[in-house]
Amino acid sequence: MRDVFIVGAGQTPVGEHWGLGLRDLGAAAIRAALDDARVETVDALFVGNMLGGAINGQENLGALLADAAGLLPAEAWKVEAACASGGAAVRAAALAVAAGAHDVAVAIGIEKMTDAVSDQVTAGLATAADGDYEASHGLSFVALSALLMRRYMHETGAAREDFAPFAVNAHRNAAGNANAMFREPISVEEFARSPQVASPIGVLDAAPVCDGAAAVVVCSRDFLRGHHQPVRIAASAAATDSIGLAGRADLLTLGAARRSAEKAFAASGFGPKDCNLFEAHDAFTIITALSLEACGFAPRGEALKRAAQGCFARGGCVPISTFGGLKARGHPVGASGAYQIVEATAQLRREAGPNQVPGARVALTQSIGGHGSIAVTHVLEA
Amino acid sequence: MSEGMDLPRYHRLTPAYYRLEGRRCAQCGALQFPPREACGACRSRETELYRFRGRGTVFSFAEVAMPPQGFSGPYLVALIDLEEGVRVTAQLTDVDPDEVEIGMPVEMVTRRIQEKGPHGYLVYGYKFRPVLHPRQRPAKAG
Repeated sequence: MRDVFIVGAGQTPVGEHWGLGLRDLGAAAIRAALDDARVETVDALFVGNMLGGAINGQENLGALLADAAGLLPAEAWKVEAACASGGAAVRAAALAVAAGAHDVAVAIGIEKMTDAVSDQVTAGLATAADGDYEASHGLSFVALSALLMRRYMHETGAAREDFAPFAVNAHRNAAGNANAMFREPISVEEFARSPQVASPIGVLDAAPVCDGAAAVVVCSRDFLRGHHQPVRIAASAAATDSIGLAGRADLLTLGAARRSAEKAFAASGFGPKDCNLFEAHDAFTIITALSLEACGFAPRGEALKRAAQGCFARGGCVPISTFGGLKARGHPVGASGAYQIVEATAQLRREAGPNQVPGARVALTQSIGGHGSIAVTHVLEA
Repeated sequence: MSEGMDLPRYHRLTPAYYRLEGRRCAQCGALQFPPREACGACRSRETELYRFRGRGTVFSFAEVAMPPQGFSGPYLVALIDLEEGVRVTAQLTDVDPDEVEIGMPVEMVTRRIQEKGPHGYLVYGYKFRPVLHPRQRPAKAG
């Protein structure tokens, strides 16, 4: 397999883009990534998206966005892996270049959620769960997270407020990110007072419904040009677990997240201690905790203790969600995995401005779908 | 699942929904619900029908305040550890939310789980309720 490099990155601001549709958001992110790489066109486009069919009535996003962004007749198709779709699209592009099928490709993660009303979005998100044995019984996406959080609190003795550091850190980091949706800091008190969505999950445990698109240009070593500031994809790995929560060997160990992280560390030669930052899948604070434990940043049941010590904040042992994460930058579901990689690329190129992690050389990103039924993990190196 | 379950889907799920029918591995004896083509423990393809007894305890639970399209809340959902050692996801019923706790004994009942609009069909299936104290159970006829 050939080495693969990220040479361009682009994104739209995350938010409620009433005036922009899938084609507009997609073209904007793709053109921004191509301009950043100073590349006119590419061999292939991989589109990570979850809800195009369910809430936008639009599939075949490969052709839609290749057309909208002026990439015709490039090979282009959609990659769907629930909330991990963006990470999966980057992996698909990286595999295509690593295998020698293409020399340069674009991966984009994109989601347009504000075209649907709230209960339609809730039902759309529930399609990531087991349709016959979870969603058909009224389990919403939030309710599944609540089942995880209740059990975690029961086994560790944690209180709801103990999850606050993840949300507080995310909002603090989003303040320095012009593309973030929520740029206002929040306090532990505000976190504790936030209304319950599905007890014990509160509004400030959860990432928002929003729109956005983020894209990267990836290429082979032969394609690198003098003006590029390449970031190497040191490893890309994915794994699955039972689609339903009831089928997990240990409910509080995200097996797919752990397996994909183990594979990514083994392939890259790096370990958790080598990572200067971690873009975590903080869709809910409980998922942040479980992802940190799955990747080896804390033993099982210990993530909250380490968070309370400031381990995951700026200046801590491994800063997470350095541009606000899913929680505060925003979580356009199928796009988030691509935003993580765009943001980690900015850190490794030392272009993160006020959010720069000093000395960043190795970054980990993990994109999780279906409450851990699928996970895609990347190790990036400056 | 914006439009909920369609009729053929409901029909093919009837054994699982009405009778908690799963599979038992003919090779290693491992049980599974929902039924799968191969044994999750030993990957054997030889499995046979197994009907779960429908009794267990609450492993975790949550209250749904903002239900998905097709449901009206609030209602309780839970992970139930069946006494055979298999976990199942279901709604809780006939219980005050303040009285639910992890470890609480529950039993399966058949209830309406979805209503397909005012003129649509009804989907029945399993829910779980607290095990009634023996003295609270209705007296047997005769």
